[in-house]
Amino acid sequence: MNTVLVLILFGLLLATAVVIARLTDLFAAAMLTGIFSLLSAGLFTLMDAVDVAFTEAAVGAGISTILIIGTLSMTSRREDQQPLRLLPFVVVVLTGAVLVAGTLDMPAYGDPEAPVHQHALYQGYLDSAARDFDHIPNVVTVILASFRSYDTFGETTVVFAAAVGVFLLLGGRRRRQGTRLSQLDTAPSRSPDDARPGAGEES
Amino acid sequence: MSDQLAPPPREATQPGVPQRMRMRMREKLILRVVSKALVPFILLFALYVQFHGDFGPGGGFQAGVLFAAGLILYGLIFGLSDLQAVIPLRVVEVGVALGVLIYGGVGVAALFLGRGREGMGNFLDYNALGHHVGEFGVDAHGQHLGILLVELGVGVTVSAGMLGIFYMFAGRGLKRGQE
Repeated sequence: MNTVLVLILFGLLLATAVVIARLTDLFAAAMLTGIFSLLSAGLFTLMDAVDVAFTEAAVGAGISTILIIGTLSMTSRREDQQPLRLLPFVVVVLTGAVLVAGTLDMPAYGDPEAPVHQHALYQGYLDSAARDFDHIPNVVTVILASFRSYDTFGETTVVFAAAVGVFLLLGGRRRRQGTRLSQLDTAPSRSPDDARPGAGEES
Repeated sequence: MSDQLAPPPREATQPGVPQRMRMRMREKLILRVVSKALVPFILLFALYVQFHGDFGPGGGFQAGVLFAAGLILYGLIFGLSDLQAVIPLRVVEVGVALGVLIYGGVGVAALFLGRGREGMGNFLDYNALGHHVGEFGVDAHGQHLGILLVELGVGVTVSAGMLGIFYMFAGRGLKRGQE
């Protein structure tokens, strides 16, 4: 049963990916990327990685689809038709072949003999999580928030930095009069069209 | 109501603009009713994921994204100005920094509360937040409290960050729609 579900989800993932690559309608492609994320979330759930699936569903299918559509509203809905060029095609096929060749060397899914399960640190984490943290059953939370709390602190700071960067780039409010930026903004431009933010992306 | 996320219908004739997105979504009965019914449950589920993260799947990051997603759904249907009346941009800006401060604050609190070799604890060592160190050198209550607080910090920063990014993107589209 599980194998059948995995195969169905993989087939749907493949079909979605091919359709996204071939579509020129960017709005449909944006919606399909959301579906792609949802399918991968289902696949992660079947592989017992519920935390990863949760994140994929929330970020991939939720937020990033909204942001892609938000970006789409500032640009064209259709992609220009490009003739198939040989060199990029060969590069993509080669990269894909290298990636597939790389997976052949990986241990089988769920293999207890896999190197990651043999590492002393892995046993130490799991032993300690089971012994000292029996009131926190989710091992993922214990590892992320306690054992590796420095890393998580760094990740939170990255989210903070990213948000501040977007605020600075796109916010553009509360600029004081007399600064250089505001002078640039109010400077007379050649045509009213040029003063519109994002006018260049359209042409 | 001209200050909505979706600009007036005259925009529909503009080239390169997805026609469906330019219609006013507030006027669509099904979208309005369904989203109004869903948003409270999404927000409640986000809080459940936040505070239940030590027992089930999820944690601060997922909860923050869910919370932001619920609010963004409201903003998409009822307009950016309605959403910003609930959560102003100022709150978002403060929230992004506040989450990191909560996380760092737990670390600094552990630093000062801990009694190490030199009278100081270690940064982010949650054992210092408890009252009784167990036989394996781990204070169960301290660890629980520390994990809960830092997850809260992550959740606040992530939800405010996602919401802020949406405000910036949507606000840009809005400016163009009005001109």
